[in-house]
Amino acid sequence: MAQPHDAIGAAGNNALVSIQEVTFGYDARVVLSNVSLEFDRGKVIAIMGSSGCGKTTLLRLIGGVITPQAGKILFSGAPIDTSDRSSLYALRRRMGMLFQFGALFTDLSVFENVAYPLREHTRLSEQMIRDIVLMKLDAVGLRGAATLRIAEVSGGMARRVALARAIALDPEIIMYDEPFAGLDPISLGVTANLIRHLNDATGATSLIVSHDVEECFRICDFAYLVSGGRVVARGTPQQLQATEDPEVRQFIRGEPDGPVRFHYPAAPIAQDFGIGA
Amino acid sequence: MSEFLASLGRRALGILATLGHATALFVDLVRNCPQSLRRPYLTTAQVHAIGNRSLIIIAASGATVGLVLALQGYITLSRYGAAESLGLLVALALVREMGPVVTALLYAGRAGTSLTAEIGLMKAGEQLAAMEMMAVDPRVRVLAPRFLAGIISMPLLGAIFSAVGVLAAYVVGVLMIGIDSGAFWSQMQDGVDVVKDIGNGVVKTIVFGIASTFIALYIGYESEATPEGVAQATTQTVVVSSLSVLSLDFILTALMFSTP
Repeated sequence: MAQPHDAIGAAGNNALVSIQEVTFGYDARVVLSNVSLEFDRGKVIAIMGSSGCGKTTLLRLIGGVITPQAGKILFSGAPIDTSDRSSLYALRRRMGMLFQFGALFTDLSVFENVAYPLREHTRLSEQMIRDIVLMKLDAVGLRGAATLRIAEVSGGMARRVALARAIALDPEIIMYDEPFAGLDPISLGVTANLIRHLNDATGATSLIVSHDVEECFRICDFAYLVSGGRVVARGTPQQLQATEDPEVRQFIRGEPDGPVRFHYPAAPIAQDFGIGA
Repeated sequence: MSEFLASLGRRALGILATLGHATALFVDLVRNCPQSLRRPYLTTAQVHAIGNRSLIIIAASGATVGLVLALQGYITLSRYGAAESLGLLVALALVREMGPVVTALLYAGRAGTSLTAEIGLMKAGEQLAAMEMMAVDPRVRVLAPRFLAGIISMPLLGAIFSAVGVLAAYVVGVLMIGIDSGAFWSQMQDGVDVVKDIGNGVVKTIVFGIASTFIALYIGYESEATPEGVAQATTQTVVVSSLSVLSLDFILTALMFSTP
């Protein structure tokens, strides 16, 4: 059953990442308010919600890019310390992140993009790097595109190259920021299947931030729904689909009006147009 | 009145915050330079990008400045019967002032803007954020090699500018006007002091190199990650670098050449 409140999830002790009563905001604007989430090892977990609800902020908090104003975030049981750069970098080597538009290095080839983290963090021989890169590219179906320049690959392919780069160091957690945004139906299906298959093959934990309900429900094991800086529901896709909560139903069915209003708060229309009494 | 004072205070605080950020990044860059030198190819690639690729504009400008200096110098010197000092006049003007300053202004326009735009676009394309998430420090991997490359390139470009300018002056003065070649070179040799003139000129180019490269990198790194933000940052680099070079030149000249 979906739980429409902010209690700590049912992840138990198997949690790789635990977000505990975290509050974060920019100046006066509160983005996340006292939220608690847990992400189990080996699972594909979706964080869904409308644009600007604080989904990407959650990824940035886990990556230590920003620091919560209250609460704490545990990775493998240890708190993420953003003040200690070397320990933060050691932690980030255990993470992979797929940015919304790939964030590939445009001056490097497809091969060199995937080889980048290996060259930066390992002392592997050139032969070994070549083998690993080709294996990673093969996993995303782009072994044949290794020599292409980034300008020569399509948006969907770029997303897959970025995915190969994100898994180059076999991370424990792979974070996907809007992996389905702007993709054609074929690329979208390919990307969704890849996320699921790579997760199952590597045993990593996958965290998907998206507002694509259909694709997320198709591949995820557990989902959180974030709205207005709070977790409004959590559960398996089946549990969320069965919920009677009007806010969850509005989001899942894509209804334009409901608890989340279509109109931005404004003065009465008659007042703005100078009509009526 | 209180509103005016508040806005003045906010502006002052903003300037102080910018200066603080810039100083912190400068200290960080200087500290990261040795680490960046462990992979010298990163710096040499940048020397090629910002140094070698600026050669044509530097050499062409050096030639033009040398030609004009020689023509103007000859007209004035010949009034006093000192036309044979043309080589000395051009050489001193170039190595002391024109070489370092014009090279730095051209460098700001050619290489500085390219550095700002590159860093700004890397930021806009989330490439710097991706590096951070891959546990690669962009200040070590991206900024420090470019900073070092700027410091290495500027004195070399300044020397090339002055050398080409002197050769151009030789073409005008000796080959076209007919000044004695021996007098042209010997007066230059006697009058130009290696330490005081050339040495101070080199110090100027190094200082200008540090200033304009840092300004370009800082503005690019702090630019707003939008097309307008990058465009604004590029313009800002040219304005701030040029004004800084001209102000620094006055200070350095006052320190170096205040005694005859």
